[in-house]
Amino acid sequence: MSAVETKMAEAATKENDRAFDAFSFLARFAPLIFLLLLMTIFAIMEPRFLSSINLFNVMRQVSITGLLAIGMTFVILTAGIDLSVGSLLAFAGLVAAAVAKGGMQDRFTVGDAAIGYGWPLAALSAILIGLACGYLQGLAITKLKVPAFVVTLGGMSVFRGAALLFAAGGPISGFQPEFTWWGQGRILTVPVPVIIFLVSALIAHIILHYTRYGRRVYAVGGNPEAARLAGLNVNRIICSVYVIMGFFAGLGSFVLAARLNSAEAVAGTGYELTVIASVVIGGTSLFGGAGSIFGTVIGALLIGVLLNGLVLMNVSSYIQQIIIGVIIVLAVAFDTFAKSRRRKA
Amino acid sequence: MSATPANSPLLRMTGISKSFPGVRALDSVDFEVGSAEIHAFLGENGAGKSTLLKILSGAQAPDAGRIEFGGQEISFASPQDAQVNGIVTIYQEFTLAPDMTIAENVFIGREPGSRLFISRRKLEEETRALANRIGLDRNPRALVRDLSVAEQQMVEIARALSMKSRLIVMDEPTSALSRTEVEKLFAIIRALKRDGISTIFVTHRLEEVFEISDRYTVLRDGRHVGSGSVAGTTLDHIIRLMVGRELGLLAPRDTSYVTEDVALSVTGLSRRRKSSDASAIELHNVSLAVNKGEILGIAGLVGAGRTETARAIFGADAIDSGKIIVNGKEARISSPHDAIKLGIGLVPEDRKQQALFLALAIRTNLSIASHDRISSFRYFIGRNKEGALVDEYKKLLNIRMASGDQLVGNLSGGNQQKVVLARWLALRPKVLIVDEPTRGIDVGAKVEVHNLLFQMAASGIAVIVISSELPEILALADRIVTMREGRVTGEILRADADQEKLMTLMTLRTEKAA
Repeated sequence: MSAVETKMAEAATKENDRAFDAFSFLARFAPLIFLLLLMTIFAIMEPRFLSSINLFNVMRQVSITGLLAIGMTFVILTAGIDLSVGSLLAFAGLVAAAVAKGGMQDRFTVGDAAIGYGWPLAALSAILIGLACGYLQGLAITKLKVPAFVVTLGGMSVFRGAALLFAAGGPISGFQPEFTWWGQGRILTVPVPVIIFLVSALIAHIILHYTRYGRRVYAVGGNPEAARLAGLNVNRIICSVYVIMGFFAGLGSFVLAARLNSAEAVAGTGYELTVIASVVIGGTSLFGGAGSIFGTVIGALLIGVLLNGLVLMNVSSYIQQIIIGVIIVLAVAFDTFAKSRRRKA
Repeated sequence: MSATPANSPLLRMTGISKSFPGVRALDSVDFEVGSAEIHAFLGENGAGKSTLLKILSGAQAPDAGRIEFGGQEISFASPQDAQVNGIVTIYQEFTLAPDMTIAENVFIGREPGSRLFISRRKLEEETRALANRIGLDRNPRALVRDLSVAEQQMVEIARALSMKSRLIVMDEPTSALSRTEVEKLFAIIRALKRDGISTIFVTHRLEEVFEISDRYTVLRDGRHVGSGSVAGTTLDHIIRLMVGRELGLLAPRDTSYVTEDVALSVTGLSRRRKSSDASAIELHNVSLAVNKGEILGIAGLVGAGRTETARAIFGADAIDSGKIIVNGKEARISSPHDAIKLGIGLVPEDRKQQALFLALAIRTNLSIASHDRISSFRYFIGRNKEGALVDEYKKLLNIRMASGDQLVGNLSGGNQQKVVLARWLALRPKVLIVDEPTRGIDVGAKVEVHNLLFQMAASGIAVIVISSELPEILALADRIVTMREGRVTGEILRADADQEKLMTLMTLRTEKAA
C-alpha cells in the first residue's frame, strides 16, 4: 500500500468513526430528546399540560408501571421477558389487601371492625408473594429449559387465575390511612409513589452499574456462552432477575392497592405491554446486554406523558392502545437498526 | 505430472483471488476438474479451500478471476444460481430440515405437482427412484431426524441428483462416517462417475485420496501449489506440497523453565456423541499431561477433537468417562466455574462468540472472571482497583487502547485477544489452555502473543496450545501431542518434530488410532 493510499484509508476510518459517534450519541439520547419534544408539543397545544398538578399526576400514574419496568430492565438485560407482571401485580395486591384487612376470613369486612395486621405485614406479604412467584418462574426457565416467553405466558394465566380465586368475585377495599398513605400521601408536595419509584430506580441503577452482580447481568445478557466460559453461574443469574422482577411486582402491587384504596383481581391487566414498552423505548435491547435504568425511567415517563397528553386532547383510549403498539415496534426496529450499524462500523 | 485433466475440463477456474479485511484468502488460484472425474481437494486448515468452494458454490463472489463451466463462462449470484447451473455443494453441516420427511427434504422448494398443490405421490415416487439409485434403503416418508449421519448424507446426495447436477462438491464427507459407511459413500461416488457426474471432495484422511480419486489439487496459504493425477504421485509428495518448506517464525524458546512437576494430567477422557447432536465430535480415551513451565502443543486437523479435549478439561462440555488430575489430586470438574477454582483457564478458539462481550467495555471484559480481586465492600466493583488492574495488564501485554471504557468490539483482533489473555492472567492460573491463540490476528500481534505465552510458561504456568498452524505449534511447544478423530495418535518432542512428521501423525490411521 502506498503512502497516499494509507492516508486515504486512515481518513476514511476517521470519517467513519465520527459518523458513528454522532449516530451513537443520538441513539443513546433519542428517548430523552423524544420525551422533551413531546412535552413541548403538548405544552403548546394544551397549556394545562405543564401545570405542576398535571405533571405530578403523570408521574404518579407512571410510578406503578415504572416500578415494574425497573424489574423488567433486569429481565430484558439478560435477553429474557416476563409477561406475567400484570397478573402477579393483581395476585400480590390481593394478598396484601387481605393481610391488611386481617386475613382470609375478614377480608371483605368494612369499617373499624377490620383493623387487620397493619401495612408493614401487608407490604411484606405482597413482596414475599412476588419473590416466590418470580423464583418459581426463574426455576422453570433455567431448570426445565422452557423459554421465558412460554413460562411467563403460563404465569400470566396462573397468577390471574389465582387472583380471581382469591378475590372470590369482589374487590377488597377500605384500608387504614397508614396503608393508603403509601399510595395517596405526599412528602413536600411530591406524591409518595413517585418517591418510591425514583428511589427504587436509583438503587437499581447502583446495583446494575456499581456491583459485581450488575456486571454479571450485563455479561450474561451480552454473551451467555462467554459468561459461562468465564466461570459465571449463568443459570443462577438468569433465575435471579425473575426474582427481582417479582420483588418489584410485589412492591408495585402494594403501592397500587394503597393508591386505589382497593385491590381487585383485574388490576394490572395489559400492564405487560406498557412495562415492556417502557423498557424497550428506553433503549434496553431485547437481545440482552445493553440498556440502563436511566433509559427505562425516561421510557416510562415518555409513555406516561404520551397517554396523559392524549387524554387531555380527548383522544380515545382505543387509539392510545394503537399508538403504544406502534411505538413498541418502532423502538425495536430502531434497536435492530442501531445494532446492524454497530456491526458494520 | 499432467497439469490438465485427461478428459475435457468440466470446470476451469482461472486466476481466482479473494481478500478479506487483513487476509489474502486466495491469490490467483487456478483449479480444473474434468468431466466424470473424482477430484481430491487438499490443503491445511486456512489454506483457502473453503473460500474457493464458497466461490464455486455461489455463496461468495471472487475479487478477480474467471470461472468456466461446461465450456461457458459463468458467474453465480447465489447458491441457487449455482445449483440451477448444475453445481451442488454438500457442506459438513447438513442443510436438512430434521422434522421433515426424506422426500420433502430432497425436493424442498421444488416440489412436484401443480402450482398450488404438491403431488405427494409423485414426490415420493421420484424420491424412491433417487434413493434406489444411491442405495438408500429407507421409506421416503421417514423423518430425517431418525436417520444416521451417513443416511442424511445420502439424502443430501439424492437432493443434488434431483437437481440434475453435473458437479457435486463435498466438504469433508467422510469425517463423520465409519469405515463401512465410507466404503458405501465411495461406491456411490464411483457410480455417479459412471453416470458422467464429477465429484470434488475435501478430506483430511490422505489415504482416501489414493483410494478413490483420479486427480488432486493442493492449496497452501491461498495459492495453488500443485495438482496432477493421483496415479503418478506419492503420499510423501502430497504432504510436502501441503506443508511447504517454510520455517517457523520464531527461534525455539529457552526451555530451562520446564519442570518435572506435572501440573495437569488427563487419562481416558471419553465423550460419546449424543443422539441430539449428530455432528458432535467424539473423544476416545484421550490421555495427556503437561508440566509446570512447559508448553504442550496439541496438533490435529479440524475435527480431530483438540477443541473438544480442551473444553472437556475445562468443564465446558460434560464427559462420559475419564480422570482429570490437577496438582496430584483428582479433580471433579463439572463446570468452567469448577475449573477456574482449580486454577485452569481457557482461551477459546472463537474469541468473539465464546470469550468477549463485544458491546461492553474493555474494563468489564478484562475483569469479569476476577471480581474477587477488585471488589470493595464485598459486593461492589472497586472502580480504582479495576482501573489499576486494567492499567497493569495494558502495560504488561502492550494492549493498544484509549481507555478501559472503550468498547472491546472496537479493538483490533490482536488487542481483543490480549484482553482475553489478560482476563486469565489476572486470575493467576496454574494451567492455561489456549485454543488457536493467533487466529485472525496480524503478524505483529502474533509475535507478541507468542512471546506472552513464553513468558507465562517461564513464570511457571503449564500452557497447552492448540493450533491449526503447524509452524506455530513447532515454534511454541516443547512437546506435541497429535490427534485425529478424537484419539491421540502420537506424541513427539519438539526437537524431534517437523511439519512432515506431524502431518503424517495427524492424517494417517496409526495403530493407536485403529
